[in-house]
Amino acid sequence: MTATTPLSFQDLILRLHEYWREQGCVIVQPYDVEVGAGTLHPATVLRALGPKPWRVAYVQPCRRPSDGRFGENPNRLRQFHQYQVLLKPDPPDMQDLYLASLEAVGIDLRLHDIRFVEDDWENPTVGASGLGWEVWCDGMEITQYTYFQQVGGLAVSPVSGELTYGLERVALYVQGVDNVFDLAFNAPQSPDFKTYGDVFLESERQFSAFEQGVADVAILKRHFDDAEIEARRLLAARGRQGQALVLPAYDHVLKASHLFNLMDARGAIAVAERQSYIGRVRELCKACALAWSAAEAAG
Amino acid sequence: MPQFLLELFSEEIPARMQAAATRDLERLAGAGLSEVGLAFDRMAAFAGPRRLTLVVDGLPLLEPKRKVERKGPRLGAPAAAIEGFLRSAGVGAESMVERDGAYFVLSETGGRPTEEVLASITSSLVGSFPWPKSMTWADGDLRWVRPLRRILCVFDRKAVPVAIGGVVGADLSEGRRFTGQTPIFRARDFDEYREALAGHFVVLSAEERKQRILDGARALCAGRGLELVEDPGLLEEVAGMVEWPAPLLGDIDDRFLDLPPEVIRTTMRVHQRYFATSRAGELAPYFIAVANIEAADGGALIAAGNARVLAARLGDARFFWDEDLKVSLESRLRRLEGVVFHDKLGTLFDRALRLESAAKAIAPLVGADPAAAALAGRLAKADLVSAMVGELPELQGVMGSYYARAEGIPEDVALAIGEHYRPRGPTDRAPTAPVSVAVALADKIDTIVGFFSIGERPTGSKDPFALRRAALGVIRILLEGRIRAPLKDLAAICGAAGADRGALLAFFVDRLKVLLREGGRRHDLVDAVFALGDDDIVRVVDRIGALSDLLDTDEGANLLAGYRRAGNILDAETKKGPLPKGEPRGPSGSPQEEGLRLAIATAQANVGVMTANEDFAGAVRELAGLREPVDAFFDKVLVNSEDPAERDDRLRLLAQVRETMGRVADFSRISG
Repeated sequence: MTATTPLSFQDLILRLHEYWREQGCVIVQPYDVEVGAGTLHPATVLRALGPKPWRVAYVQPCRRPSDGRFGENPNRLRQFHQYQVLLKPDPPDMQDLYLASLEAVGIDLRLHDIRFVEDDWENPTVGASGLGWEVWCDGMEITQYTYFQQVGGLAVSPVSGELTYGLERVALYVQGVDNVFDLAFNAPQSPDFKTYGDVFLESERQFSAFEQGVADVAILKRHFDDAEIEARRLLAARGRQGQALVLPAYDHVLKASHLFNLMDARGAIAVAERQSYIGRVRELCKACALAWSAAEAAG
Repeated sequence: MPQFLLELFSEEIPARMQAAATRDLERLAGAGLSEVGLAFDRMAAFAGPRRLTLVVDGLPLLEPKRKVERKGPRLGAPAAAIEGFLRSAGVGAESMVERDGAYFVLSETGGRPTEEVLASITSSLVGSFPWPKSMTWADGDLRWVRPLRRILCVFDRKAVPVAIGGVVGADLSEGRRFTGQTPIFRARDFDEYREALAGHFVVLSAEERKQRILDGARALCAGRGLELVEDPGLLEEVAGMVEWPAPLLGDIDDRFLDLPPEVIRTTMRVHQRYFATSRAGELAPYFIAVANIEAADGGALIAAGNARVLAARLGDARFFWDEDLKVSLESRLRRLEGVVFHDKLGTLFDRALRLESAAKAIAPLVGADPAAAALAGRLAKADLVSAMVGELPELQGVMGSYYARAEGIPEDVALAIGEHYRPRGPTDRAPTAPVSVAVALADKIDTIVGFFSIGERPTGSKDPFALRRAALGVIRILLEGRIRAPLKDLAAICGAAGADRGALLAFFVDRLKVLLREGGRRHDLVDAVFALGDDDIVRVVDRIGALSDLLDTDEGANLLAGYRRAGNILDAETKKGPLPKGEPRGPSGSPQEEGLRLAIATAQANVGVMTANEDFAGAVRELAGLREPVDAFFDKVLVNSEDPAERDDRLRLLAQVRETMGRVADFSRISG
């Protein structure tokens, strides 16, 4: 591919995979439970805990039911893709590694204005926070860059450096396109060229309708309660080697969290209830973090 | 004389923390140097996106020696203890003295090479630097604002050996990225350093970066017949985000020019840190972005990229605007029920109803139409649940006024919805339109009264609900509009409990003092005037002004001395028994007594009339006229006459002086 042909959406992902593979990352697959952010993948949120080094990269589809615009807004999606990198401990040249990844996807750093703008990251639902920046390319936020300080309410040591690329945003930039649905999903010269819209527009339309109107709140609520109960039960249960069943419990925390987001998008959460729901998810998440952390420290 | 140069090079430092960091750096280094008696000629500190720099000129090569007294064991302690003490102090028994039941030695300390002292000062200031928020990274436990990557530490052109949290000091630094050359360079003194930075595309001084931004932005504007909309806060922030400022002009997509200019400006400022431009006072369709590099294509790609990002942002704003216009403010009120203002103070809906009734009741006091004020109070908070304000909270009020106009609500009500948060700070103007004044007062006083009633009062540096700013806003609205509304009445309208009214008034008195002090005026007169029990802020400040003019003259200063003398005598007499009642009888024995008696009689009558007419300048002129007879009286007349009748008469005279002056202010509360 020449410098004048911008990367398609899928080639952008492949290029990032290649780049981070060279940096020693394990390339894992998206998590198969609905999440609102790539951080929530157990490969990040749990692996950031404990003393063991860990380098990972993956794509994560993220569901944000409240952001749905029925496929009618050129910049907003209810499901988008994050490219997630976690380097634990963060290496001394992490910023340089990151910048080189931008060059790897075709952003010429001598022609574009890259800036690290203060943006401390916090996810109260999983009790995680860190210091870092949003990275701007010519004024567009393309990456969230964070040094984790806390996960699940626990201080982390060593610290992990986390990179979250907004893949659609990077692609819009690299391809010079204004409407996300017009992005080239595969290369335009492919025998069967597809745009982002060809792949995801119908899904945006159907899921926006489901999430913002059709979803049955009573069912969502019941599922939320079930997920909460199941997560607790799993944390109390023991596996064959005597361990707490943290990973299955955490899956149910993720389910509960997504069900909460759905109820929220349906406008079914009263202001007064909101904090209580978030608190319930956070408590469970904290319990998983504690159990995981204890197991990691034990070896 | 030798120079010390220190640079703490890190990943990007938040812009908002940089100015304070330069002050802290100078303070900590200055304290470290003065603790060991190291004098210097000049010190300067600089901050930028990736570095804090300190330069100290004119240091000696050696730390000065100084005597330190050390206390040893008590007299009669075992010999071993005394020997141990002498050993640790490094002196012989002949240097030991006895005092206060113990042994002391005077030992000499200091004399280390200065570079050794500098290394230790550097370690301790890095370890204790007061960043508002700091972090650890990798495996280390050093805290810094972001990972600390290099320390350039040079004294007298030689690298000072320091190692802090795994970072080893050297004479190396780093310039801006993306230049295509290696960014690392060596510097052994400040001139070399500054020059090398410039060669590596870093402007060291924030002031210089600001100037370059302004010059560049103005030049871009001038080329298109535009004016730059000055924004000092934004300038400060942007200067902290770029090492090598390169202003660029970009286009605002004209599809969005029908949005309210505030929406465009706020979107640009908050989300993108762009400066706005204007033409003939109107927002112009161009923005100024400040890049960190001068790109080979003249910044064309960067400008085009920024313009596209802005268009996407404005696209969002357009969506919010269109959605918001579909819903009337009145119908938004019900949604305010779902938003808690404060646990103990109800929802925003409760607050809307309170503002409705308070604004209506305040209206007659400020010349506003009660029905208009009530409607504006009711709808003032409705835009808080609009999509636009959800996205850009800075636009609260402003959006409400646009939405009000769009649904045909009368202009004075729409204006009041927009202005009721004002003044938002010391540089913002206070509202003057009567309906706006009524709602602005209701909003602020309701807040203050509410939080006082639940025991949430500001303490020390803590004022989480910004009650001080609210009180200052009330005072400014009243003063600048010369609005004659007594504070106690306003507080009562907003439901202040009787028990809280004293504390509320004291709170306002404090704020008034701060306001006067900041305006360079005499705040110590506030107590003297408030002691009269008046709570009409306009009248209080007029009185203070007149009083201040009086006290600035010799007449006033002498009169104050005379007042105090009279007061002391009367106080002393009061301790012995009740003061004689009634008028001085006269005619008195001495001409000075008679002179004062007549002067007082005239002044009493005039001051009464003048204060009633609020002619405080006149009233203080009358008081100034008392200075001569009062001085003459004290000069020639002995109050404590042996004749009891004469003594009583003179006391009556002094009581009258005090009483007459007391009609203007309580002079006993004036300090200095």
